[in-house]
Amino acid sequence: MQERELRHMIGRVKAGTLSRREFVEAMVALGLTAPLASQMLASAGIAQAQPKGSGMFNPTKRGGGGQLKVLWWQAPTLLNPHFATGTKDQDGSRIFYEPLASYDPEGNLFPVLAAEVPSVHNGGVSKDGRSVTWKLKKGVTWHDGKPFTSADVVFNWEFVKDPKTAARTIGSYTDIEKIDVLDSHTVRLVFKKPVPFWANAFCGVNGMIVPKHLFEPYIGEKSREAPNNLKPVGTGAFKFVDFKPGDIVRGELNPNYHIPNRPFFDSIEMKGGGDAVSAARAVMQTGEYDYAWNMQVEDEILKRFEQGGKGKADIVTTGNIEHIQLNQTDPWTEVDGERSSIKTKHPFLTDPAVRQALSMLVDRASVQEQIYGRTALTTANFVNAPAQFVSKNTRWEFNVDKANQILEAAGWKKGGDGIRTKDGKKLKMVYQTSINAPRQKNQQIVKQACAKAGIEIEIKSVTASVYFSSDPANWDTYPHFATDLQMYTVTETMPDPQDFMLQFTPWEIASKENKWQGRNITRWQSEEFGKLHKAAEAEVDPVKRAALFIQMNDLVIKNVVVIPVAWRPRVSAISNKLRLTQSGWDSDFWQLPFWYKEA
Amino acid sequence: MAPPPNGVAAHTVSRPVAPARPRGVESLWSEAWRRFRKHHLATFGAAVLLVMVIAVVIGPFVYRVPIDEIDFKAKLKGPSWAHPLGTDDLGQDLLARMLYGGRISLAVGVAAMLISITVGTMVGAITGHVGGVVDHALMRVTDLFLSLPQLPLLLLLVYLFRDALKKVLGPEMGVFVLVVIVIGGLRWMPVARLVRAQFLSLREKEFVEAARGLGAAPLRQVIRHILPNAVGPVIVAGTIDVAAAIIAESSLSFLGLGFPPDIPTWGRILYDAKDNLDFAPHWALFPGTAIFLTVLSINYIGDGLRDALDPRKVLS
Amino acid sequence: MSKYVLRRLLIMVPVLAGISLVLFTILCLAPGDPFEELATNPNVPPEVRANLRAQFGLDDPIAVRYVRWFSSMMKGDWGFSFVSRINVGTLILQRLPTTLWVLGLAQLLGLMVALPVGIYAAMRPYSVFDQLSTTFAFIGFSLPTFFTGILFILFFSIYLDWLPFIYRADISATGWRWYWENVRQALMPVVVLGLAQGASMTRFVRSAVLEVIRLDYINTARAKGLSEKVTILKHVVRNALIPVVTLVTLQIPGIFTGAVITEQIFRVPGIGSLLITSILANDTPVIMAINFVFSCLVVFFTLIADVLYGWLDPRISYR
Repeated sequence: MQERELRHMIGRVKAGTLSRREFVEAMVALGLTAPLASQMLASAGIAQAQPKGSGMFNPTKRGGGGQLKVLWWQAPTLLNPHFATGTKDQDGSRIFYEPLASYDPEGNLFPVLAAEVPSVHNGGVSKDGRSVTWKLKKGVTWHDGKPFTSADVVFNWEFVKDPKTAARTIGSYTDIEKIDVLDSHTVRLVFKKPVPFWANAFCGVNGMIVPKHLFEPYIGEKSREAPNNLKPVGTGAFKFVDFKPGDIVRGELNPNYHIPNRPFFDSIEMKGGGDAVSAARAVMQTGEYDYAWNMQVEDEILKRFEQGGKGKADIVTTGNIEHIQLNQTDPWTEVDGERSSIKTKHPFLTDPAVRQALSMLVDRASVQEQIYGRTALTTANFVNAPAQFVSKNTRWEFNVDKANQILEAAGWKKGGDGIRTKDGKKLKMVYQTSINAPRQKNQQIVKQACAKAGIEIEIKSVTASVYFSSDPANWDTYPHFATDLQMYTVTETMPDPQDFMLQFTPWEIASKENKWQGRNITRWQSEEFGKLHKAAEAEVDPVKRAALFIQMNDLVIKNVVVIPVAWRPRVSAISNKLRLTQSGWDSDFWQLPFWYKEA
Repeated sequence: MAPPPNGVAAHTVSRPVAPARPRGVESLWSEAWRRFRKHHLATFGAAVLLVMVIAVVIGPFVYRVPIDEIDFKAKLKGPSWAHPLGTDDLGQDLLARMLYGGRISLAVGVAAMLISITVGTMVGAITGHVGGVVDHALMRVTDLFLSLPQLPLLLLLVYLFRDALKKVLGPEMGVFVLVVIVIGGLRWMPVARLVRAQFLSLREKEFVEAARGLGAAPLRQVIRHILPNAVGPVIVAGTIDVAAAIIAESSLSFLGLGFPPDIPTWGRILYDAKDNLDFAPHWALFPGTAIFLTVLSINYIGDGLRDALDPRKVLS
Repeated sequence: MSKYVLRRLLIMVPVLAGISLVLFTILCLAPGDPFEELATNPNVPPEVRANLRAQFGLDDPIAVRYVRWFSSMMKGDWGFSFVSRINVGTLILQRLPTTLWVLGLAQLLGLMVALPVGIYAAMRPYSVFDQLSTTFAFIGFSLPTFFTGILFILFFSIYLDWLPFIYRADISATGWRWYWENVRQALMPVVVLGLAQGASMTRFVRSAVLEVIRLDYINTARAKGLSEKVTILKHVVRNALIPVVTLVTLQIPGIFTGAVITEQIFRVPGIGSLLITSILANDTPVIMAINFVFSCLVVFFTLIADVLYGWLDPRISYR
């Protein structure tokens, strides 16, 4: 889709013939993110929708709702958002800490510690994209009574940007050159160069703010010794009570919370451990818990539990795609002690016919219907594609006969053992992924289809902590990519597609030299893609930028660099009496103060 | 010699007769076999085991339904004519999967058990009988093995040796050898301690002293006299080890360290079935029963063996 | 005997040091990374990961790291968890009460079931009681705990709704209600675990008693007019106890690292689940601390077992 067509769609939203929600869904379908779509609309002067949050419940007093019991089957181990490993720690921290603004399910910014959302129209965002001014909410206090001011905002930036602090949120703050303190409750972020997506720092999961007066002595190397890493003092709706790493987090109502008559619950208990299925049971069958996170459970099982009438599965869109990567290099030849080195070329995966055939052998419909059910949607793009917006080039198809034809025409003939061969090379592949029941089933489905096309697949599954590790010496990690095919989902919520797309740029190729820390795992090299990415990094106009991303997505799909399998929304189990709004672009707890239970 | 003169009793027998074999004395092995056969439960156990072994060896050739044919229309169905043991959640035939995976489960279970009780008995016998510095040293080695955390060790061993073994023995055999060594190699310690305890106590008993007094060499003492009496706990440990080995193999595959996840060993099928217990109990029932029967039969065989070889003839 | 015990105690220290060295080396060589989550996060630049590794000294050679660990351990400092930066000692102590309560009780339950059942079954071999108890024992140990645990949950929590199945270490009730709630939630994990352990113990007890019960001196005791109860308790059991003692002393350290799967299923925050999550997260200080305590227990209880053999069977001597 070209920039012209995008502007046309935006025009329709302005005229009222296309709803904001449909537009956002379409953009997400094309490989963009909801926050970016929201930015596109904002740039055209379409005011943001009223912030969601109050729902239909208007309490007249704080508390009275009893205890909220939630289940995270991976338990938090640390409660500092800047050191969080994975969403479990982010969610645990989010009970106590807050950012300036959060992303709602449609990607709009919802002010939390900010008094209002900056935009070009209210002067908050400068036209040249070089600065953003945030007005902070007045009257907010930390749990220990000290006031929240601009000094805290500035401190967080200083804390994070010091590489010795080793903060994991550093990526969202590197573009800031300095922060001007305009008064006790106004700050201006000045960027090093025009930043297209300014809503990164201090927003969402990476934007939680920690108090200066408690963390100041612990900047740099001592950061991990701060006692408040385990006893958070934040601005959130709940105050800290108890934390046992790997087991339980407890909080109680904050009587001085900055939103009146909130929270509804008197206390919260976040229990961790176990597995996803039993967590689903606890919410939907026995009602012991009110909410369970990340239901990586087959839909069949969820549906059965729902029949108990105590709870349901809540599904919300995100940007996560389960996809299969095809190795452009040869994982079975070692060059200077390196497998999958870019000095090699894969014997048959570089043949476009083979890649085309493979993309037709992934039975996405079965994967979606039989394994994931409501918890996934089939996709052809490097995200998803509802029918009316699908790009002409990117349509997914499952067709074993056609795959056979393509291979046959390209000279891959079936040998005596049924496996296709050409020039002495057999189509035998190793296909790896992490240990995860739906993934293993997925692998089996692909294996069976491939067998019918004369491709032999050996399934390999690696324990998750090894597969996702960054150990340079271990060949089983996914950056090493020591097999022909591999599959996974990137689970971090990212508001902007730019970092997502970094994984296809030629300068990010993972290799021995950079200890396999480069993000381009498939080792695909395309100058054209590199150029497009550089252009997007500098483009300030969100609509032009969106068009660039769509072009990049098309390139990736046309060349079958990866085969998207399913678009994975976020699934949680919720008690039928609990009311809340979920956002796929932020933490599960992005609106925790507004949760309530019906009698 | 010349017949006696007329008139003397002519019916005196003078032909020499070979001395009769005293009744009740047979060779050790045939006696053991006879006693084993008399032990009804042991023969029952042996029969069951034999049937299972034949089923898993020949079964896949006779029952030709493929193990990995995915058929979503038939998922989670109970036993029927088309699928005698029902299907799993991908519609794959359970009987075929159990026959195929049974080979691995039985082989792993028995092989790992043999390794652990062989190594354990040897170590226990040596330390129990010889004593002294050897006892000290070997027992400390045993302590070391007991203290080792199994999981990191497994990860390490698999990581180090998997590719090498695969190259030498081929992918399936390589993984099999690795799994068996790893499981058996981490279960010999309790057997060693049990055997050693038995030896310490038996060594001082009168019949052993007697054998020593008669000049029996230590090896003969151990093998002929002490070992048959020490074998009781070993047999119990052996049966428990078979079940533990079958289940340990499934834990290994659950961690990605053993056989690939699509190989339907019994422990693996049980693991895959656990989330559907309330809906499709047949899926778990059959592998569970298979493991149970294996353990049962090995136990009865063990009982029979112990009774058959028992020199004190306590129970017959 | 006392000389023997003294010698063993003296050797303990070098033995433990040796064991800890082997442990440490294995942990360092095993694949995996404490910072794996960073790998899937495109937002995190490689320098952060590198900084973290340097901060925790992960790139130093193994010998250096071991000496560092050992010397601080001798001073009583067990280090900090890589993952949560909490003092390892605190972490373990947080979980100790629950571990002792649930797992200790399970061991006790196993023993209390195994001894009487095993002895009685051996007194009447191949009777109906024996057959039944044998069958149950087999079911007990041929089914993995993840399976029996789920069966229990399905039956008692979901179908009957009698018992909660998620273990919460801090129940906010008071008085007798607190005890009642604790008992309710501990019931299933204790029974699942206890039965699994009791099943194998029963078989060992039965086999051990069988060996002894038919011997002549038992008949002599009976002939002398001793009551059956005294015969069994004073003569049979004492002589049959040696294998049982071996097993129990082998199992007690197991309380400490526990039944990982049962802890997982019921979400019991015991030391076993701490160990497994630390292993999967490659949190070396925690793994070393737990394992070290475990190996101390192993070595200590091995010694106790050996001393007990001497007491149970006075003819045993250690050369």
